[in-house]
Amino acid sequence: MNGETSNNHDARPVLTAHRAGLIGCHSCGRVWPTDHARCERCGETLTPPDRRRLQFVWAWLAAGIITYIPANVFPMMSTQTFAGLQGSSEATILEGVVELIHHGSYDIAAIVFVASVVVPIAKFVAISWLALVAGRPATVEQAHVRLKVYEVVEFIGRWSMIDVFVVAILSALVQLGFVASIHPGPAAVSFALSVAFTMLSAQSFDPRLIWRGLPLRSRSDGKDVQETRAE
Amino acid sequence: MPACACPLPVYLVGMDTNGERGYNLETGEGLMACPRCDALHIEEELIAGETARCIRCGTVLANPRGGAFLQLIALAFTTMVLMVGAMFFPFLEISRMGFGNATSLFGVALSFADGVLLPLVLAVLLMIVGLPVLRSFLLLYTLVPLAQGRPARRHAATAFRLSEHLRPWSMAEIFVIGTSVALVKVAGLASVHLGPAFWAFCALIFVNIASRGFMCQTTIWDAIEDSGVKTDGREMAETPKPGIST
Repeated sequence: MNGETSNNHDARPVLTAHRAGLIGCHSCGRVWPTDHARCERCGETLTPPDRRRLQFVWAWLAAGIITYIPANVFPMMSTQTFAGLQGSSEATILEGVVELIHHGSYDIAAIVFVASVVVPIAKFVAISWLALVAGRPATVEQAHVRLKVYEVVEFIGRWSMIDVFVVAILSALVQLGFVASIHPGPAAVSFALSVAFTMLSAQSFDPRLIWRGLPLRSRSDGKDVQETRAE
Repeated sequence: MPACACPLPVYLVGMDTNGERGYNLETGEGLMACPRCDALHIEEELIAGETARCIRCGTVLANPRGGAFLQLIALAFTTMVLMVGAMFFPFLEISRMGFGNATSLFGVALSFADGVLLPLVLAVLLMIVGLPVLRSFLLLYTLVPLAQGRPARRHAATAFRLSEHLRPWSMAEIFVIGTSVALVKVAGLASVHLGPAFWAFCALIFVNIASRGFMCQTTIWDAIEDSGVKTDGREMAETPKPGIST
């Protein structure tokens, strides 16, 4: 039902709060005249959809990328067995994945690899792309794709924390004195920070900007394309 | 969702039930902007069970459920009770060659109390225990007076807004997945048993999902706004009309 309706209305111009000379509260949806600085219902600061706000996105993203570098270079945790007699090993994120593969647990290795390598890097790329194209002219289809990407980034960001939790659980649990002990490494902290910064970056992106670049009148979007195809 | 062919390209939220509420394009009264794409919608009363979606991007704008406030209150209490269990019961037990260790999350916090990594442990505990409890408390603070038909407490709006802002940062369900990864990693090193706190966390995931299903921010915001007068009983609506729900 949803897909059907959105296709129906795609081609029609939609009046936005911004074009009507109003500001919509992104927290509760209430609409106010532009001279309001705060939403009187929920108390949130009202911000017009403005490309200048993107500098917050870039700033948090830069912080996220910078902290992601030590997260990969330094060890995530160090394992000591028999007080180091049987060997103590330090593992970075990637070494941890390789170790899991050697153990034969491919599914868990895949989870860790996706959560701590694929997802963070994909997030960096996706957020940069969104921030670059936000507010630029777009067709309705492109806008829908961008919103989808934004929603995926927003949803998936928190799941990168898995590796931090793994290290925290292991280092708290495996304290068997002489026999075995696990200690968290510096990478755990910087990885946690990286995830948090990227989450903040995604949160400070204003999805309303995606729709700013749509043409006021439908000329070459949605319906027309479909019609020409049909012919 | 129905779109009215009104002269303005403004679309209705949901079904037109009474049609009495006007809107004002100067003051924004009676209008709602989609938080995702800024499309303007005229606010209309919804019947419990209906879902209103944004006309342009399909974001759910409102989906009131019958008796949702009481359900949310009950689930918030459940979260608090489960969290106490999750905090103090043993989480995992480990043993190897006679050396054993059982940890509760509280014990974890204490054992790191003097370490360099105290900030990390505090942040982790905050995300998995502190924020869920805080959010439950804020939700109770907001909803209990509203469910009783009394005016909202002072700062109820701030409390509810804070609770919604903190939603992505409460990570109990990610913690459970992290635990299962940790179990596999430690399996070769020692034998591990799951404690009651682990199952409390698993239960919390389901409580969280249920709470999310009943949560409709728009309804709660409307209730807070109208609470000075008297809630219009939307959240208490008895019979959802069949056939309209999406």
